[in-house]
Amino acid sequence: MPSTPRTAETAATGAALLEVAGLDTVFATPEGEVRAVNEVSFTVAEGESLGVVGESGSGKTQIFLSIMGLLAANGRASGAARFRGRNMLELDRAALNQVRGNRMAMVFQDPMTSLNPYLTVRRQLTEVLVQHKGMSEGAALAAAIAMLKQVQIPEAERRIEMYPHEFSGGMRQRVMIAMALLCQPEVLIADEPTTALDVTVQAQILELIGELRRASHTAIILITHDLGVVAGLCDRVMVMYAGRTVEEGPVRDIFYSPRHPYTAGLLHSLPRLDETKAERLVAIPGQPPNLQRLPQGCAFQDRCPRCQPLCRSERPMLRQIEPGRTVACHRAES
Amino acid sequence: MSAAPILSVHDLRVHFPIGGGLLRRSKKMLKAVDGVSFDLRPGETLGLVGESGCGKSTLGRGLLRLLPNVAGRVVWLGQDLAKMPPEALRQRRHDMQIIFQDPLASLNPRMTVGEIIAEPLRTFHPELLPTEIKRRVQEMMTKVGLLPQQINRYPHEFSGGQCQRIGIARAMINNPRLIVCDEPVSALDVSIQAQIVNLLMDLQRDTQMALIFISHNLSVVRHISHRIMVLYLGRVVELADRELIYSSPRHPYTQALISAVPLPDPDQERQRRRVVLPGDPPSPLDPPSGCLFRTRCTRATDLCAREAPTLVPAGPGQEVACHHWDR
Repeated sequence: MPSTPRTAETAATGAALLEVAGLDTVFATPEGEVRAVNEVSFTVAEGESLGVVGESGSGKTQIFLSIMGLLAANGRASGAARFRGRNMLELDRAALNQVRGNRMAMVFQDPMTSLNPYLTVRRQLTEVLVQHKGMSEGAALAAAIAMLKQVQIPEAERRIEMYPHEFSGGMRQRVMIAMALLCQPEVLIADEPTTALDVTVQAQILELIGELRRASHTAIILITHDLGVVAGLCDRVMVMYAGRTVEEGPVRDIFYSPRHPYTAGLLHSLPRLDETKAERLVAIPGQPPNLQRLPQGCAFQDRCPRCQPLCRSERPMLRQIEPGRTVACHRAES
Repeated sequence: MSAAPILSVHDLRVHFPIGGGLLRRSKKMLKAVDGVSFDLRPGETLGLVGESGCGKSTLGRGLLRLLPNVAGRVVWLGQDLAKMPPEALRQRRHDMQIIFQDPLASLNPRMTVGEIIAEPLRTFHPELLPTEIKRRVQEMMTKVGLLPQQINRYPHEFSGGQCQRIGIARAMINNPRLIVCDEPVSALDVSIQAQIVNLLMDLQRDTQMALIFISHNLSVVRHISHRIMVLYLGRVVELADRELIYSSPRHPYTQALISAVPLPDPDQERQRRRVVLPGDPPSPLDPPSGCLFRTRCTRATDLCAREAPTLVPAGPGQEVACHHWDR
């Protein structure tokens, strides 16, 4: 039996910070509706770190773009995403701007598309503080330099006057993180923050995120396809497949006793650097389904080694199998 | 694996001149690959790893002579490619192939799958009858896990993983002795990566072709390779058997690289000690003197600034380029 996660690493205090309930996100396309996110519910407590894992098209990013009000024009989100009790989906633009960037910040995979190439880093960093915190230009500059130092940008005083293209990829990502953290947000949403980076730089950035979390008690939501990154940084993990949550639970449970065949399949299909002998990888056969042509029943049925007739006729509901542990599979035993 | 090498590379260099301003003064040389040597045997997989800009892709293309400015000796089945006239080189190419990272971008969108896979066959065997070509193409499609009845479909109708299978089928159709795989699974979803890795390993077992597997993903490289070459700024820092590179990496850069790879295992991952390298790699246009890694190395001494280390044996099956590898 899996034991509970080690509490030493868990900085969560239990108070719910973000409560998402029944979130649906639909895109209108010329080929018809695409239901990118379906009935997704989860909570993130203060100081907690949640990993959201899934492959391309699983809906993992769209959940958070919905919450942040950043969906593409043809997208529409419904349900509830309460941040400190206020439903983010119902806020108008002005109210939303008071929360995002300030109390809730998001970092994206590609820093070059999120930083304005025409503005110096100084301008982009101090703007946030002047806007959200009403700081003076001088105080904002001092705070921005201090934050760049905290994310280990060498010669921060000089570099803050530079443009984004003058930084390396890893440094740009650090600038992004610095920008996201400037207002001391209560939640940092990091969408594949290290995917574009080299592995040694990734190690630096992950170390940094972990440290900031310990120091400032910021809740972290890490969206990624890299299970290794999740293993090191997250308290809990939510696994997404074809727009739905298929499994959620404490990190050790998910890695050591996955209950959904998709989660188990993902873990088995990874070659491991510490493998002792080169056994054949256990690949998941087939490919992810097209969201516009989902089969009746379970979306994973055609790739699942445990599929039975019920899986083809009825979609499994997400159900609790243990306290804090949910799974959407007919074959998972309680 | 004691057979004679099919490929011997001696002191391969790929240097690009970088334009020196308006009057073309002070032209700088970018040493993308500098002094790389190795042998490759039939049925062997050599993994090339290193971070962006380390020259791993340039090396892969350089040894197939797909790039200009290649110096050094590449001996393929006993013949020096550099001394070969272009037409002879073109003929030689049928048994050395390459597959690329972006599977869709490397396939012509206006050609059907059948035409794409058949193209190398038509090029090197113009005498073949259309029925024979079709038979061989469909046989190859089955081998790589595509449905032969999809022969008239176009690339955009396939997923990324399937496009990579098409690329592999095209590379395999002339029974090559060597395939250079340039980040072949990096653009694919995790669940699909394993399918492609398994496919390449199965094909290698059946045909004894050699592979040069280029990737920044160390876990994948360790899984598929027999030997692994670690590159830093265009130079080999370590070349070792797959076991040794993980169990006893000798170069401080290899050690940092290995320790930086996250393991999908929460307990281990939280207990590991990580060697976090300070700073960023230096600009390849302005490399440091002596050892290229010394600016980020904890072992660096005066000697490292004066003299570039050469690759020396550090034990059976392991070579390392570090003045202080045994420290």
